[in-house]
Amino acid sequence: MMQRTELCRKSRRSPYTATDMNDIATQLDKLRPVLLKYAQLQLRNSAWAEDAVSETLLAALEKPQSFAGQSQLKTWLIGILKHKLIDQIRRNSREMSTSAEDGEDIAEDLFKPDGHWREAPQDWGDPEHCLRQLDFMRVLEACVEHLPGQQGRLFMMREWLELDTEEICKELAISPTNLWVMLHRARLRLRECLQLNWFAGVAVGGSS
Amino acid sequence: MILRRTCKEVTHLVLQAEDTALPLADRVAVRLHMYACHACPPFLKQVLLMRRASERWRRYTEE
Repeated sequence: MMQRTELCRKSRRSPYTATDMNDIATQLDKLRPVLLKYAQLQLRNSAWAEDAVSETLLAALEKPQSFAGQSQLKTWLIGILKHKLIDQIRRNSREMSTSAEDGEDIAEDLFKPDGHWREAPQDWGDPEHCLRQLDFMRVLEACVEHLPGQQGRLFMMREWLELDTEEICKELAISPTNLWVMLHRARLRLRECLQLNWFAGVAVGGSS
Repeated sequence: MILRRTCKEVTHLVLQAEDTALPLADRVAVRLHMYACHACPPFLKQVLLMRRASERWRRYTEE
């Protein structure tokens, strides 16, 4: 009931015309899948991701002035989404736990018992060569998506939400050591995924 | 030797440095190891590339 009253009150002083509303609805519809994709990448739970996106759209609609002034609507919405994702992480932190896959230590396979590499890492060549390619960004995104649940969440919190390690530990009530172990594994998996799906098939330094 | 580290240990430190500042002694040990080892310098370059790639990807998601 509360909610309905509030919706009515808001709509009575709406600054939008019917045409504006149509236009806004079209734009939001178009961006919703993108927002949902990154919400899911961060939270690894479709119900929480849906909520974060709905909260984002509501927050956006409550600020008509800022809404109208946005030339970069997506950038603005992603900015709001990041705050809503942190809210969701706080709300659901106790249910964000490690899976069996998170527990696998792939570093063990990389080294001989004496601590030397089994297989020396490949030269990935000039970073600019891959960094400017959209396809590389897509492969990277797919690799992040393939990280085990908790590793994926923590990696996203660190690299995409840009939280520092103390904040992450506080939000999820985990120890720094635990966080480092998980990030460490995430980065090794990411490296392996990029090696397999990009660098192994690309002649490094060769023509593009 | 206190400064002597295996490739596995150096790999660990290189990854650790992505999320926290390493103690000075560890930084010296990593630097020394990089001069003597053929396999670890490419690994360090891979990690630096991944750091820049994550940053670039973040911007790509926002545009």
